[in-house]
Amino acid sequence: MSWIDICAIDDIPLRGARKLKTALGCVAVFRTGTAEVFAASDRCPHRGGPLSEGIVHGQSVTCPLHNWVFDLNTGQAQGENGSIATYPLRVEAGRVLIDGTGLSGRSAA
Amino acid sequence: MTQKLVIIGAGMASGRVIEHLVEEAPGAYDITLFNAEPRGNYNRIMLSPVLSGDKTYDEIVTHDAAWYAAQGITCRFGEHVVGIDRDRKIVEGEKGQVPYDKLIIATGSAPFIIPVQGKDLPGVITYRDLDDTNAMIDAARTGGKAVVIGGGLLGLEAAAGLAERGMEVTVLHLMGHLMERQLDEAAGYLLRRDLEKRGITIKTRASTAAILGESQVEGVLLEDNTGLEADLVVMAVGIRPETRLANDAGLEVARGIEVNAQMQTSDPDIYAVGECVEFDGHLFGLVAPLYDQARVLSHCLMDQPDAFVVRDIATKLKVTGCDLFSAGDFAEGATREDIIFRDPARGVYKRLVIEDDRLVGAVMYGDTADGTWFFGLIKEGTDIDGMRDTLIFGPAYQGGDAADPLSAVAALSRDAEICGCNGICKGTIVDAIAHGATELGAVRAQTKASASCGTCTGLVEKLLQVTLGDDFHVPAAQPVCGCCDLPHEDLRRLIKSQELKSQEAVWQELGWKTRNGCHICRPAVNFYLLADWPMEYRDDPQSRFVNERKHANIQKDGTFSVVPRMWGGITNPRELRAIADAAEKYNVPTVKVTGGQRIDLLGVTGEDLPAIWADLNKAGLVSGHAYSKGLRTVKTCVGTDHCRFGTQDSTGLGIKLEQILWGSWTPHKVKLAVSGCPRNCAEATCKDVGIICVDSGYQLGVAGAAGMDLKETQRLADVRTEQEAIDLTIAFIQLYRENARYLDRPYRWVEKVGLDWVKARVVDDPEERARLIAAFDLSQSIYRRDPWAEHAQQAERFQPLADLTLEAAE
Repeated sequence: MSWIDICAIDDIPLRGARKLKTALGCVAVFRTGTAEVFAASDRCPHRGGPLSEGIVHGQSVTCPLHNWVFDLNTGQAQGENGSIATYPLRVEAGRVLIDGTGLSGRSAA
Repeated sequence: MTQKLVIIGAGMASGRVIEHLVEEAPGAYDITLFNAEPRGNYNRIMLSPVLSGDKTYDEIVTHDAAWYAAQGITCRFGEHVVGIDRDRKIVEGEKGQVPYDKLIIATGSAPFIIPVQGKDLPGVITYRDLDDTNAMIDAARTGGKAVVIGGGLLGLEAAAGLAERGMEVTVLHLMGHLMERQLDEAAGYLLRRDLEKRGITIKTRASTAAILGESQVEGVLLEDNTGLEADLVVMAVGIRPETRLANDAGLEVARGIEVNAQMQTSDPDIYAVGECVEFDGHLFGLVAPLYDQARVLSHCLMDQPDAFVVRDIATKLKVTGCDLFSAGDFAEGATREDIIFRDPARGVYKRLVIEDDRLVGAVMYGDTADGTWFFGLIKEGTDIDGMRDTLIFGPAYQGGDAADPLSAVAALSRDAEICGCNGICKGTIVDAIAHGATELGAVRAQTKASASCGTCTGLVEKLLQVTLGDDFHVPAAQPVCGCCDLPHEDLRRLIKSQELKSQEAVWQELGWKTRNGCHICRPAVNFYLLADWPMEYRDDPQSRFVNERKHANIQKDGTFSVVPRMWGGITNPRELRAIADAAEKYNVPTVKVTGGQRIDLLGVTGEDLPAIWADLNKAGLVSGHAYSKGLRTVKTCVGTDHCRFGTQDSTGLGIKLEQILWGSWTPHKVKLAVSGCPRNCAEATCKDVGIICVDSGYQLGVAGAAGMDLKETQRLADVRTEQEAIDLTIAFIQLYRENARYLDRPYRWVEKVGLDWVKARVVDDPEERARLIAAFDLSQSIYRRDPWAEHAQQAERFQPLADLTLEAAE
């Protein structure tokens, strides 16, 4: 694992999200609680909606285009046949770190 | 042989060390005890009961003068230690030197003083020791106002004590909810509610800018420029280890004095214990680990093997009537799941956090009886898989009932208003039911409750159910969503009657089954709260759909559209030039004239939004709210200014209405039009509010539609003056804001409540009309401002957090 410091936790609004550009496309970083964060693909598998713009509730996000609901623990869409990739994150001393190994272009190829 | 032991600081940790030594190894050490306070060891945890008057100082003394004398301890109380000479093994007191063989530093902690102007004024005190407590008791004798800075454990105990002694207390807390390190938002809400019931004012997200006063403290100024009067200011924002002596002596000090598991500092003859130490990166503020340290340290002095380990600790607050418990780790982790239980009737909230089939954290409020049991499960790492379903009910669970959806209604007091139209309270309805009104029609006939607009019907039915039990069956009403059992109408009514003023209050008091709602209920709750409590609640962007959060309409390719306001459809060359310049500068692919008489710039990237807004702002253009559940446009014709048929200044009225109404949030979008004559060039007869000017005045139509449904407006009233037309329009929109369910356009709402019900309030009742207008004005004092100007200030929020494409390509 190679942990990359991406932001302070307070850079992400509580019950909100921010985008991260990676070689695999945009990754959304969600803040579901004061110190609870998740990372997942920003792109809804249904019609490509930007999930970082969705409403964040519990440990889920709702796509802003057609209300698909994703569990951020697993990436699975609720009641639909579809899922999004999730990425390991951790919080350390108020900073958010993402595991860079899964995000390189090569491992996807 | 007797060795010389010198102890600096007579607190609870060093007191416990001495007790161990004199009991288990009497005579082994010749002890000298320094204390800067002019007294020995007392139970500091009990200072809060002393402050509130429940105990006296004498009752909390642990060791009195006779005890020290009996143990042969030399007491140097009221004397500061000025230095430690490690080479000569001597402690230098103000009144002379004392040699040591072993030295214990137990200097405790010092209160953290926030570095603001006025922090040194008389009347600004901290809360650490008996002198502070006595200073507060003295100050409270004359009554007056106290401000406590810090809403943690200590600050809240100080606030409760001062309130108990008759002071008017305000607590300022920097974070969003009280005791954020021990409690989650839901428990923080309940704590706040209970403290507010005792008359304590709580201000969260309150940052202190300065403490005011000439020769004595007079007030506190907050960063948002709010001023608070204060005769006493208590700083309780936190503590830091008192390490000055150790530092000066050259011992290793990080945040605290560094010790090993035997409580030894970097000098093997010097030990440290209590709040001044740092062990393995941990600091200590609660008494349980301090007693562990004292045991370990005394064993080491007696050459018995022992080692200190950090253990989980549980927190309880010592404020009578605020029953809270928290333990373990309940805030973090992506691999965790929650079990939540709320009982609104009893004000109970419990949340358990589970990871890998083990309980890792627990927060409880209102009923903490099972706290010790849960704490035991956390400490022992018990596998809870087999009891997961019933875990939250505690060890005594015998197969009890599931949470009762009726409990919110059952919990209402007898004077809670159920029917707002007719002013009928719960008590009146319950009495009627008891006297034989056993179905809805009978309750309506006898009490008038739910006989007008009908939005409280669901609540009346629930009262029938609560009162009659199984004899009554409620016709199933559709709840808002799966998070709760309430339909929109009940939810709105309960937010008003129970005075619920925050999302946390709604989740708790109305028994929400999820942590913080979902994409269906949260936007609705957010709107209901801001419409009913404009001064207490603020719009929460994270509870808004993307368009309203971004203040732009998202397009299918992820770009946005930008529509500046054109008041009444009137513009000028300067504005048009600014729009043309912006369109060129940001490569806007499509520029379109809208049906609402303004110009739409389509295809702006999310990153460019703050910049294009700032450019348009410079030309005086503001957000057109083309994306919001709020006022969209007021379409006008040119009226008497240019048209040979015009009867009134329709353009002028349109502009006035738009300038009054813009920025307000409404249950759904609202569109207006003003036509200057019955030829109706502004198409006013299919709008939410449409005004037709005639020779004798103004015809007001409402509840039109020209979308999925096509509806002609219905006549609300004919009025003579422009002012009356404006007043009736505002009153209608405010009534809609106060009563409609979220996402109902005005025509749907009027269909439900009936036009006569609307007229009775807006047209026929001048007092109610005046109230509606005043309520709208109050709300607009907060929301009538340009969101683009505010968002352009936070441009960085619109950019990606980081770009990892370079790193990933390596």
